[in-house]
Amino acid sequence: MLKYIARRLLMAVPVLIGLSMVLFAFIHLLPGDPATAILGQHATPERVQAMREYLHLNDPLWQQYLNYVANLLHGDFGISVINGQPVLHEFLVRFPATIELTVAAMIFAAGVGIPLGRFAARHAQRWPDGVVTVVSLLGISIPVFVLGLTLQYIFAVQLKWLPASGRIDPRAHLVLQTNFVLIDSLLSGRIDLFIDGLAHLILPAIALGSIPLAIITRITRASVLDVANEDYVRTARAKGLGERRIDGRHVMRNAWLPVVTVLGLQVGGLLGGAVITETVFGWGGVGRYVVDAINNRDYIVVQNVILIFALVFLVVNLVVDVLYAFLNPRIRYS
Amino acid sequence: MTAATTVVPAAERRASRGLWTDAFFRLTRNKPAMLGVVLIVLFVFVAFFAPLLAPYGPLEGTLADRLQPPGAGHPMGTDLQGRDEYSRVLYGARVSLVAGVASVIMGLTIGGLIGALAGGIGGKVDTVLMRVVDVLLAVPGILLAIGIVAWLDRGLPQIMFAVAMTNAPIFARILRGSLLSLRESDYVTASRSVGASGPRLLLRHMLPNSLTPLIVAATLALATAIIDVAGLGFLGLGPPDPRTPEWGTMLTDATKFLRQAPWLLFFPGAAIVISAVGFNLLGDGLRESLDPRMKR
Repeated sequence: MLKYIARRLLMAVPVLIGLSMVLFAFIHLLPGDPATAILGQHATPERVQAMREYLHLNDPLWQQYLNYVANLLHGDFGISVINGQPVLHEFLVRFPATIELTVAAMIFAAGVGIPLGRFAARHAQRWPDGVVTVVSLLGISIPVFVLGLTLQYIFAVQLKWLPASGRIDPRAHLVLQTNFVLIDSLLSGRIDLFIDGLAHLILPAIALGSIPLAIITRITRASVLDVANEDYVRTARAKGLGERRIDGRHVMRNAWLPVVTVLGLQVGGLLGGAVITETVFGWGGVGRYVVDAINNRDYIVVQNVILIFALVFLVVNLVVDVLYAFLNPRIRYS
Repeated sequence: MTAATTVVPAAERRASRGLWTDAFFRLTRNKPAMLGVVLIVLFVFVAFFAPLLAPYGPLEGTLADRLQPPGAGHPMGTDLQGRDEYSRVLYGARVSLVAGVASVIMGLTIGGLIGALAGGIGGKVDTVLMRVVDVLLAVPGILLAIGIVAWLDRGLPQIMFAVAMTNAPIFARILRGSLLSLRESDYVTASRSVGASGPRLLLRHMLPNSLTPLIVAATLALATAIIDVAGLGFLGLGPPDPRTPEWGTMLTDATKFLRQAPWLLFFPGAAIVISAVGFNLLGDGLRESLDPRMKR
């Protein structure tokens, strides 16, 4: 197992090197002088000179690259041109919001998708199956922003059941310690704020979770149908086992693996989808940070947030693969 | 996955009219796929004939007519600048169709080239190219597209390229995978043993047989490409001229006036969903008809 993890970690190294090269080129291939491009046309010559020195633009290119990597390895992911804050710090402050949203979306997608897929498989080729198929087709065809705005319109504007945007009531005085609204509200013993935080989370989580929900439903349905045709299921039925027992002990145990794989694969899509969902719902996470940075042409923030996102994505994929290898010994030895 | 390894039942073998003809007939019997074709034809028709179908020009309107609800004169209401929403939705199909199709073709070309070289040549070329693909796949799709548009600046060609680059690594992996599985197949070994050269083997024997998964993936990618193009527009990274009738950009206005003018959300939103449903239905149908083992 350790050997497998070591091999997977080694495989991530060339990807990270390649990505750092691409992102290094991102800044250096900006039209015109990189320092001017970063600071904008109206920057004073002194600031441009300071930026040139910060980026070591007078050094040979390879030295600039090594310098960039050395900074990254020291945890220096650059400084925002707009507000002078270190990118890593800004990222870490906002990341809990994105984690909260992503985890909630995943819980929604798996919590609804798996039972829905099992239900469709049990009624395969009959009308309940058809309904589930249409729902999952719509799930992958409705963009996150269209669904998000529609949910906002129905549940916030018309019915007024749920808040339209934000992470918590702006009038609430919640002391943020971990930057996870749900955790901080519990830490300060404010159940009312916890419930308010949950209410704010529902619509964005549904919007973001709709695509994974559709995919998980499809995979669960297909996987259950695959296993249901196996000889050992027929044997179990022939020896007189009840349907519930067959389902729990024989079908689902073997149908889990593809479902788990797909769950892991969805994380990347969720992180990407969070960028758009956060924009729709005014959710102060990392996604909003990137979009604001692009609109402000804060290239250093864009460059390094993409790098940190990719790092997170690689780590998540690694964890999923290790979990998967743990669940399925056949993978470890291949 | 490949034609070479597909076991065709005896009854079907007798009636077989070739892989593509068989697949075509299976597709025409697939009702959801045919519904997809109808939606796609509608989408393409609207895109082509928008100037004839639209009662107004996409940029035509006066502030006096702003935010009018759907009614006789304006079946889908008017927007913030008093422009006819119906005409703009129709014209929007043009941007989506061109950007969607062009980005998938671009992605197929780049990804296909990488995949063909990696799977066809193998060895060090394969290792290097696949690491490049890994780098591209390490960034979540829409974020990669956002980064590329931020870098190249806003514009329709840039958007197409950005969306193409999110698809290219996926196409490369699919093609490489099916080429690798074909390399060991009997008929490739046979043609190699009678002296077929590398390029000939790749172009004449292997590529044609590895296209089916790529065709399916490309059809499904058209749906995501349309959604991604609209997504970039929604984030404010759409065409540089903000007046351009682009579905995603039109939705940005809807966010500000959700309470007063919900029609600004529903009509462009429905247009995106309908075109995406069309390509998704056709893609699923193609998958089932090109790979008969998929049928349930």
